[in-house]
Amino acid sequence: MDNAKIPAKLLKEAVFTFVLSLIVFGPISGLVLTGFTVENKLARPLIIASVVTIGRVLFTLFLETSLGRRLIARMAGTAGSGVTVESGNERFPYAAVAIAFAVGLAFPLMADEYWLGVAILALIYVLLGLGLNIVVGLAGLLDLGFVAFYAVGAYLLALGAQYLGLGFWGALALAPLIAAFCGMVLAFPVLRMHGDYLAIVTLGFGEIIRLVLNNWLDFTGGPNGAAVPAPTFLGLEFTRTARQGGTPFHEFFGISYSADYKFWFIYLVLFLVVAAVIYVVNRLKSMPIGRLWEALREDEIACRSLGVNHVATKLSAFMLGASTGGVAGVFFAVHQGFVNPTSFTFFESALILAIVVLGGLGSTLGVVMAALVLTILPEVLRDFAEYRVLVFGILMVVMMVWRPRGLVRIKRPAFFPSSAPAAVPALAAAEAAQ
Amino acid sequence: MDFYILAQQLVNGITLGSIYGLIAVGYTMVYGVIRMINFAHGDVYMVSAYVAAITLAVLHSFGVDSVPFAIISVLVVTCFITGVYGWTIERVAYRPLRGSTKLAPLISAIGISLMLQSYVQVAQGARDQGVPVLVSGALRLGTDKDFAQITYMQLVILVASFVAMAILTYLISYTTLGRQCRATQQNRHISAVLGVNTDRIISSVFVIGAATAAVGGVLVTFNYGSFNFFIGFVMGIKAFTAAVLGGIGSLPGAILGGLVLGLTEALFAGYVSTDYKDVFAFALLIVILFFRPYGLLGRPEIQKV
Amino acid sequence: MTEPVLTVENVTMRFGGIVANQNVNFKVDKGAITALIGPNGAGKTTLFNCITGFYRASEGRIVLSTAEGPRDIGALLSRPIVGGSHLVTRAGIARTFQNIRLFREMTVVENLLVAQHLDTEANLLSGVFKSAVFRRAEAEAVERAFYWLGQMNLVDDANRLAGELPYGRQRRLEIARAMCTSPRLICLDEPAAGLNPAETIELSEVIQRLRADHDLTVMVIEHDMHLVMSISDHVVVFDHGVVIADGTPKEVANDPAVVAAYLGVEEKEVAE
Repeated sequence: MDNAKIPAKLLKEAVFTFVLSLIVFGPISGLVLTGFTVENKLARPLIIASVVTIGRVLFTLFLETSLGRRLIARMAGTAGSGVTVESGNERFPYAAVAIAFAVGLAFPLMADEYWLGVAILALIYVLLGLGLNIVVGLAGLLDLGFVAFYAVGAYLLALGAQYLGLGFWGALALAPLIAAFCGMVLAFPVLRMHGDYLAIVTLGFGEIIRLVLNNWLDFTGGPNGAAVPAPTFLGLEFTRTARQGGTPFHEFFGISYSADYKFWFIYLVLFLVVAAVIYVVNRLKSMPIGRLWEALREDEIACRSLGVNHVATKLSAFMLGASTGGVAGVFFAVHQGFVNPTSFTFFESALILAIVVLGGLGSTLGVVMAALVLTILPEVLRDFAEYRVLVFGILMVVMMVWRPRGLVRIKRPAFFPSSAPAAVPALAAAEAAQ
Repeated sequence: MDFYILAQQLVNGITLGSIYGLIAVGYTMVYGVIRMINFAHGDVYMVSAYVAAITLAVLHSFGVDSVPFAIISVLVVTCFITGVYGWTIERVAYRPLRGSTKLAPLISAIGISLMLQSYVQVAQGARDQGVPVLVSGALRLGTDKDFAQITYMQLVILVASFVAMAILTYLISYTTLGRQCRATQQNRHISAVLGVNTDRIISSVFVIGAATAAVGGVLVTFNYGSFNFFIGFVMGIKAFTAAVLGGIGSLPGAILGGLVLGLTEALFAGYVSTDYKDVFAFALLIVILFFRPYGLLGRPEIQKV
Repeated sequence: MTEPVLTVENVTMRFGGIVANQNVNFKVDKGAITALIGPNGAGKTTLFNCITGFYRASEGRIVLSTAEGPRDIGALLSRPIVGGSHLVTRAGIARTFQNIRLFREMTVVENLLVAQHLDTEANLLSGVFKSAVFRRAEAEAVERAFYWLGQMNLVDDANRLAGELPYGRQRRLEIARAMCTSPRLICLDEPAAGLNPAETIELSEVIQRLRADHDLTVMVIEHDMHLVMSISDHVVVFDHGVVIADGTPKEVANDPAVVAAYLGVEEKEVAE
């Protein structure tokens, strides 16, 4: 760009940005409704508009520097995919995984009650993220009603205990099946739809579930919710004194009572379930079914031309994702000891989606990290709790503009022939050439 | 007696339906030109409700008493500011994503939706807000005990929606901008080759969609008097249902879809259950998408292989 | 070449009021290379889509003869919800696309593994626990993928993303992928489009080798007349949705109707 023209262009840009921001931010943040009158807080939009303008000018200037130009060039170069292929020499990081597993198991010994609660919630979101990742990240089906399956799991335990005497373990075993069944019921109408229609229909489905939970007072307790029984371990209760004449956990083992045991127990079971789900999801990705999901995301018509039953494939993704959500719901219910419909709003679905998007659609490691960050960060930044949703929203837009593939780069597995002598020299030649 | 109940539900349904139609316009036009569901549209409508109430309060503080003048100036100001919102959102969150993955614009739109809700909540507070009653009174039909009525505000809604739709139809059918819109809708790349500034057209569509939603926002606000930062969500889904019902991408379809949805919803609320009227609307959406995804006025799209 | 692999009988395809194909009849002989030619918009791809199960013909029958007897393509498509185009592939018809449809963000090998899903689809548990059966099936699938990569001269690109390959190789990969479904009949939609002369020659060798070595019947839509005339045994000429000529390349080239509609212009261009 011609250097002489920069100041004029910059000035024009700055004025434009300032005026635009004033119009956008002016009324809503500058004039606060109090009854039928407004309170004058016009200083706020002035500050916001100035910040936005200065930010814009600095950004433009930065892009004119050599560093900025290199950045633009790099963005242009990698914007295409950001997906790479393994070289085939990667080793599975056994040591790191073992350490992570051991630290995870030992966590309750290090944490207090508060952080244990945070960790349980974080792991629940890891589970939800892993489930939604199958549907959105791998199969490419944008599901905005994922929270419905979460609700199914949670209410299964609450209502199952109330009407059928179902316990924690029974619910844990049933939840994946029932949630998968709900996934199937939802999937049938939506399978014929493409991207955005699918998103809206799943959203509608999620809302229907929530509204029914809210309005069916006689059965679900409506907005008042329903109580959830505490878990038991081999029939032992985690209470100070046993309610039904059994032996409480601490008496059985001859240790002193602590209210924490219940949460230790929930945490450990949840942790093992999460570990198992991570293993299974990773296996699925390198199995034919996982490849079919990803192929379906890439090109449905090509899939059909290869004899892939696209309906069954989508159905399997939906059902597996849903069952993971259902399991997460059971843990949520047992941890809270109480469920009501406000826990299952669209915002939860959006949060789970944010986890999957931030982690990188399709990446297991990314989803786990994003779930931990997005649930633990708000706890650390309690003072900014008000701005939590705002930050999520900004994060989603920025991620899509800046890195639609998420923070963790996707690596595709490499394959080599085991015994094809004809192919080996060619491969060697190719490697030599590189 | 039954006749009056039915008549009342029909009046309510048509009023509600014309609002749905106004908001559905934004979905349908945007979908027409860039094949994307502008998920944040419902929240743009929500912003317009706040802008309308704020403008009205400012007018009052300047001592403006004339009701017609107040309504018209609120409409003009709200349409302008909401239109700027539409323009900015497209520019910031959607334009950089053209040619990105299929999911990217949708996720970005959800981000904008969360941002708008949260921004309004932080700036204006989470409590319900209200506006004073501007137009009261009604036309009544029937006896003192059994009657159906149409309030003057409902009449204002019907007139204003009709005028807005007429202006819009004129804009799309007879102006250069409208011609370029329709060309872009048919084929964006060819239009660009033929010298249509498609970026500008897409921006205009967002502005028009937002401004039309603002008309709906102003009317709803004046009619019901109360709103909060969350109203955009349900209204967004319903207006989208209306757009799909009529055949997404079709302007007359959006109006027809709005009226059909408004009427059926009012009848459902009147005769079956008020608690489940939203469930009814959402279920209707699923059923339509399953059996007739191209809507009442749309044509089935031939799958290109 | 006695027994027809595919019989197209009185096929008519309408979209609303538009008639894309009208009363089309022809047979594809086993082991032959059959070319469909005709001007753009003559209805060739529409017919291809009917044959490969993406559209269901409005009238008429398309019958594939398989080892298990004749299969009516239209009848396969009547499944509720699923549609059934995948069943057509399973019956033995594979295809490629005019505008290449690869799984662009998957590797070349993965593209071929997806195509073999029917052979590798062991049950879920055996995959999750990496049973011996599963590992053997996977290894065999990888071997088969490399076999086809070798056949298409793509071994060096095995572990690259399909979307990164040069255009000509993407075309070959699409053929390799279709071959991984073990078809009896392969339908190639404009395989030479966008290829340079050297690549076109390579392609014609590939097609002939497929037919010779793999007991394959080939149908091809193509505009490159050199390619069509040099490799095909049988040419069907379309114009405005109807078949205007049907015979050997020589017969067709000398058919006055064809010369008038289409070939006359092309041949002059080719001669220059």
